[in-house]
Amino acid sequence: MRFLLLFNRQGRLRLQKWFIPLSNREKNKIISEMTLTVLARPPKACSFLQWRDLKIVYRRYASLFFCCGLEDQDNELLTLELLQRYVELLDQYFGNVCELDIIFNFDKAYFILDEFIMGGEIQETSRLCLARHMEEADAFQETVDEYEKNPTY
Amino acid sequence: MPAPIRLRELIRTIRTARTQAEEREMIQKECAAIRSSFREEDNTYRCRNVAKLLYMHMLGYPAHFGQLECLKLIASQKFTDKRIGYLGAMLLLDERQDVHLLMTNCIKNDLNHSTQYVQGLALCTLGCMGSSEMCRDLAGEVEKLLKTSNSYLRKKAALCAVHVIRKVPELMEMFLPATKNLLSEKNHGVLHTSVVLLTEMCERSPDMLTHFRKLVPQLVRILKNLIMSGYSPEHDVSGISDPFLQVRILRLLRILGKSDDDSSEAMNDILAQVATNTETSKNVGNAILYETVLTIMDIKSESGLRVLAINILGRFLLNNDKNIRYVALTSLLKTVQTDHNAVQRHRSTIVDCLKDLDVSIKRRAMELSFALVNGNNIRGMMKELLYFLDSCDPEFKADCASGVFLAAEKRWVLQNPTINAGSYVRDDSVPNLIQLITNSVEMHAYTVQRLYKALLDDISQQPLVQVASWCIGEYGDLLVSGQCEEEEPIQVTEDEVLDVLEGLLVSNLSAPVTRGYSLTAIMKLSTRFSSVNRIKKVVSIYGSSIDVELQQRAVEYNALFKKYDHMRPALLERMPIMEKTATNGPTEIVQTNGETESSALDSKHPPSITQPTNQANDLLDLLGGNDVPVIQTALPTKPASAGGELLDLLGDLSLSGGPTPAPAPSVPISQTPFLLDGLSSQPLFNDTAAGIPPMTAYNKNGLKIEFTFERSNPNPNISVITIHASNSTEADMTDFVFQAAVPKTFQLQLLSPSSNIVPALNQGSVTQVIRVLNPQKQQLRMRIKLTYTLKGAPVQDLAEVNNFPPQSWQ
Repeated sequence: MRFLLLFNRQGRLRLQKWFIPLSNREKNKIISEMTLTVLARPPKACSFLQWRDLKIVYRRYASLFFCCGLEDQDNELLTLELLQRYVELLDQYFGNVCELDIIFNFDKAYFILDEFIMGGEIQETSRLCLARHMEEADAFQETVDEYEKNPTY
Repeated sequence: MPAPIRLRELIRTIRTARTQAEEREMIQKECAAIRSSFREEDNTYRCRNVAKLLYMHMLGYPAHFGQLECLKLIASQKFTDKRIGYLGAMLLLDERQDVHLLMTNCIKNDLNHSTQYVQGLALCTLGCMGSSEMCRDLAGEVEKLLKTSNSYLRKKAALCAVHVIRKVPELMEMFLPATKNLLSEKNHGVLHTSVVLLTEMCERSPDMLTHFRKLVPQLVRILKNLIMSGYSPEHDVSGISDPFLQVRILRLLRILGKSDDDSSEAMNDILAQVATNTETSKNVGNAILYETVLTIMDIKSESGLRVLAINILGRFLLNNDKNIRYVALTSLLKTVQTDHNAVQRHRSTIVDCLKDLDVSIKRRAMELSFALVNGNNIRGMMKELLYFLDSCDPEFKADCASGVFLAAEKRWVLQNPTINAGSYVRDDSVPNLIQLITNSVEMHAYTVQRLYKALLDDISQQPLVQVASWCIGEYGDLLVSGQCEEEEPIQVTEDEVLDVLEGLLVSNLSAPVTRGYSLTAIMKLSTRFSSVNRIKKVVSIYGSSIDVELQQRAVEYNALFKKYDHMRPALLERMPIMEKTATNGPTEIVQTNGETESSALDSKHPPSITQPTNQANDLLDLLGGNDVPVIQTALPTKPASAGGELLDLLGDLSLSGGPTPAPAPSVPISQTPFLLDGLSSQPLFNDTAAGIPPMTAYNKNGLKIEFTFERSNPNPNISVITIHASNSTEADMTDFVFQAAVPKTFQLQLLSPSSNIVPALNQGSVTQVIRVLNPQKQQLRMRIKLTYTLKGAPVQDLAEVNNFPPQSWQ
């Protein structure tokens, strides 16, 4: 996978994850092109399309579009499952996730994504394991008290 | 300074902004506050500020001033700081920034941290955006972590290793020992990432590939366990256990089994099992089947398995789910080259997909349909494709139209001039279409009539207009005479036709090329129509045209009327059928499309011998004439454009012996004899050897040259002579070149010989075709010159051939 984007129907970006090094200009260009192309598609259309040399897989969940750019050998149908799994993970973590959750807790959304996918490949296929890891990692985050008392360096 | 506002507050505030300007104002204010806070080196709020900065960055605002702050966060001891710091690093920094190298040390320390989650953060960051330098520095740490027993770290280290290998392929060797027992893990996360690592290594290095082939049995076993195992809630997706892992294993098997019989055999059973047992009601099952099909097609699977795979794809095509149909069409496109017949069975379903509403599916179906066209199904396919062409979106039309022509000409059939798509056809299709039209002789009348009617309607579509004017020029007589079987013949007078063509000349819509076509067409009609005076007038008007091309043509045609009127009928004769040359089509069309016919299309293109000019001169001297048309050997293939060729001919002809005008592409001193020039065709032998006896033209020193005669059907003035050169000596004659010259009332064309080597001891012969135009029916005489190398020594000889049988030239 080359990139994963989340944006809403107005084209506002909610999450961006890049797995290849690109300049800011290139990233913005891709974002705008993806937004335009995907939002222009009719609702019942095929989830796949060809863009430059990449396969684009997208799916709409409520008000958010999840859009991935795949390389040639990647399995498109499986990527749909991947997106489904990510949404399930978010749902499990936030409890009935909606766009607002992702807006206000984008950092958590990124953390979950980073536990699920690394470098464009899946690292954990078990829902339980992933949920457990997130819980533990969150537990490591300091409370306000601890944060202020403990030295930084 | 008051505490900076919390992240939530900021987000809430920004969301209340009603206009873009308001939002920008808020953000600028906050950025200023953050910047001053950074300057104060405030440790407590740095995390909060960077988080806010990241949010603003996502909205599209610049955040580069936070890069260093991210680094400071990473260096902090607090986990919260580190988390946000690493996130910021991944979002704001990439390897193009100089700052990112400063991270290396921090990451190194964190890779050895006591808390696995910190180590995990470091691995994640390195694995997502580590540059090659960073990777080089830290590869050792990653390798160490790859051997740990902690599965959380192991799986992350594996993917990190994948990234390192992608960035610095040379380091691959380093990870080899750690891969030893990766597959014996129970943890699915580790298994999955290990398979990814192995896949990456095998793809990059053939040595690794051979090394890892021994893992095939183990992989097969793991896959088997996955399929057979009972329900496992943590890995289950709609009843299938860990589909992600299954697909990855299948992909690795694909790479390992490619071009290796043993491995492929070991996988056969499991592949068959997966293919038959996987539940297809949900997308996840189909995802696995898809990967299985891809694997089956790529490895050396047995034919039963391949058929199974194609059938699965066939079933996909009938699935209601659009995505699955799309995927099926894409895979079939990949396999159509190798398993053509199997794919043909699903042709009707594929053609139905042309009518699908979805754009992506239509495009794939179109490409696949073109790939499937062959001699047997062309009529049906063409009907469907033409219907599709009429009804499809403009973005498809160009490719579809060109594809249709390409497919049609491959089979020498012109079903139906696709008038509507005329403008969408690309320019390079015009000569192809013209060639196609000339080839379907019985359709000429119908073709020209339809094209004429199209011209009456609309003259804006340039390629269409060009083809139409060419046809009218060629077949204008058929048009006027009203003989058309396929359609209602229309009554057209010569004047009306000339009106249309002249209209093209003056219209603003016509491109210069189109004007050239129409002028030439008008000229050609001078031999087919009776209203020659009108044509003469038009031609002479354009003799002073501003457009240089038109002017040149008009002047030459004028000359044709005045000085060379006797040649005009011969020159402007009907074109013979053109042999097709190599096509460069827009769509990838398989050469044979599953048929074994050795079509005339694969025309032989023997090397053309270009005649050095001085040799020609010698022969000229010998014959004593100075106006003798020069020897012409086979010209290079591929006619540039039909109308253009005629121009070349006329262009050359109008200047007798003078410098040839620019358009002539051939040898500078040559005068292209006549119509048949530039065409790489084998001559059309319509009536073979109508009783003209062959003769021996030359027989000396073991080399014997025999002439056989034929009359070319369309024009009785043309004799076609085939020379057969045979060699009775013991050694081969190499570099054999045959040249000929004829007296000035004749015109001669030499086509390419079959080869340059005359085999020894009469084991074979070299053949070459000569066409002689003899309009005055004079006795045929010929001078021939032979050069060849025998036993290393070059031999040259001249001879005169006078003993032509009378029937060959009368």
